[in-house]
Amino acid sequence: MKTYQCIVCGLIYDEATGWPADGIAAGTKWEDVPADWECPDCGVAKADFEMVEI
Amino acid sequence: MKPIIIIGAGMAAYSLAREVRKLDKAAALLIITADDGGFYSKPMLSNAFAQKKLAAQLISQSAVQMAEQIGAHIMTKTRVKHIDTNNKVVDTSSGAFDYAQLVIAVGAQAIRLGLAGDASDHVLSVNHIDDYATFRDKLLPDQKASARVTILGAGLIGCEFADDLAAHGHHVTLIDPNVLPLAALAAPALSQGLQAALSARGIDLRLGTTATSVDHADGAFKVTLANGDVLAADVVLSAVGLRPDLALAQSAQLATGRGIIVDSHGRTSAADVYALGDCAEYRIDNEGRTSPLPYIAPILTAARAIAKTLTGEDTEIDLKHSPVIVKTPSYPLALVPPPQHAIATGRWETEVDGDRTVCRFFDAQGVMVGFGVAPQEAKIRQALMAALGTTV
Ligand SMILES: Cc1cc2nc3c(=O)[nH]c(=O)nc-3n(C[C@H](O)[C@H](O)[C@H](O)COP(=O)(O)OP(=O)(O)OC[C@H]3O[C@@H](n4cnc5c(N)ncnc54)[C@H](O)[C@@H]3O)c2cc1C
Repeated sequence: MKTYQCIVCGLIYDEATGWPADGIAAGTKWEDVPADWECPDCGVAKADFEMVEI
Repeated sequence: MKPIIIIGAGMAAYSLAREVRKLDKAAALLIITADDGGFYSKPMLSNAFAQKKLAAQLISQSAVQMAEQIGAHIMTKTRVKHIDTNNKVVDTSSGAFDYAQLVIAVGAQAIRLGLAGDASDHVLSVNHIDDYATFRDKLLPDQKASARVTILGAGLIGCEFADDLAAHGHHVTLIDPNVLPLAALAAPALSQGLQAALSARGIDLRLGTTATSVDHADGAFKVTLANGDVLAADVVLSAVGLRPDLALAQSAQLATGRGIIVDSHGRTSAADVYALGDCAEYRIDNEGRTSPLPYIAPILTAARAIAKTLTGEDTEIDLKHSPVIVKTPSYPLALVPPPQHAIATGRWETEVDGDRTVCRFFDAQGVMVGFGVAPQEAKIRQALMAALGTTV
């Protein structure tokens, strides 16, 4: 399981916990996060602004 | 019950509203904004072009959707004209409203250069989604593939636009009075790296000079520089910087410096009035130094703390260092610029490791207080973040 960080605001997406508030189940791989998902903190679109693996 | 009123509908206003709602399901929230209140990510404006994005595609939620999501009342197209801090009333273009607590989140205004010439009022700047729409229209009249774009200012935003537009096939000229791009934020070695990368992208850098006038010429523009050069441009974009919007704060006699001065809790000099985002000047250390922090990460940190204070739990804003990531894909940089007061007495140390340049800034006591790295990636960024505050 990997973690990714939004390069604009620093939000961390952890594949292990997913993002249940947006219906993304724990264990969801970054590549399986929907393309229209946005950073919940700063609104940067996944497709426009890849988070970076950490 | 009198509401918490938030003036503005940018990242600052909306993050604060969301945070308040997480903590208090019942608090009455009124957001008053001069624009149409659509939510968008402003940092995407400087790299949306190469992705062929229209302004409308950048707005992810309308004001109506935001109002529903947050559980707030949002008044759009309404300008706040005056704040009466004694009677706790805001006077707007749609009437007067009482507040229990007020948060000013009006952002910053693009600095306008005093340029001569009969077309100087055609110089554009992009600090709002509507500006982006205008800019995009001017760049692509009749779907023309490429335009000649002159950008004034090789700071963060000027360099990002230059890289983005050049990647899209536009002919970009970038002008700056400094002899290197990004001179205010980056170590010289990294500025040189960026200069080389932007040049390799085909961007024409005119450094150590300024634009003096913009005139109409042959259906386009003629830009004259202080060094005597004359450029032809279809679009002139100014990216010389932003100035916190102080109009409301000054008319309400709040303490202001470069921004609206706030204390460690985000409070202005008036009771129950807070300021957040690009308009604010935050306390940045325990010695009482203050600075505007016009970036997303500090907005989110401050919004969380202010939301707690507003809902009854007094909370200090704990601003942590967060790197500024420069969105120049031809030379991706991560920076923590050294604090202003340390610059005169400290020094940069540069390490070149293969393709990568790492610059560390040490203050007079030999403590690492800033850095820059390119090409950046998460691992090296984290290692450098961890090293901040350590001595050699
Ligand atoms: C092109 C560009 C790229 C950027 N890239 C990055 C980046 O990569 N990373 C990063 O961290 N930061 C970046 N930034 C900075 C970041 O976008 C800003 O710090 C942030 O968006 C500021 O948000 P704000 O809410 O304070 O201001 P704004 O978004 O400007 O919002 C101000 C709001 O106040 C309203 N308003 C103003 N006056 C009144 C009034 N009198 N009455 C009612 N409403 C009023 C306006 O209509 C607007 O809704 C970038 C900025 C730009 C311009």
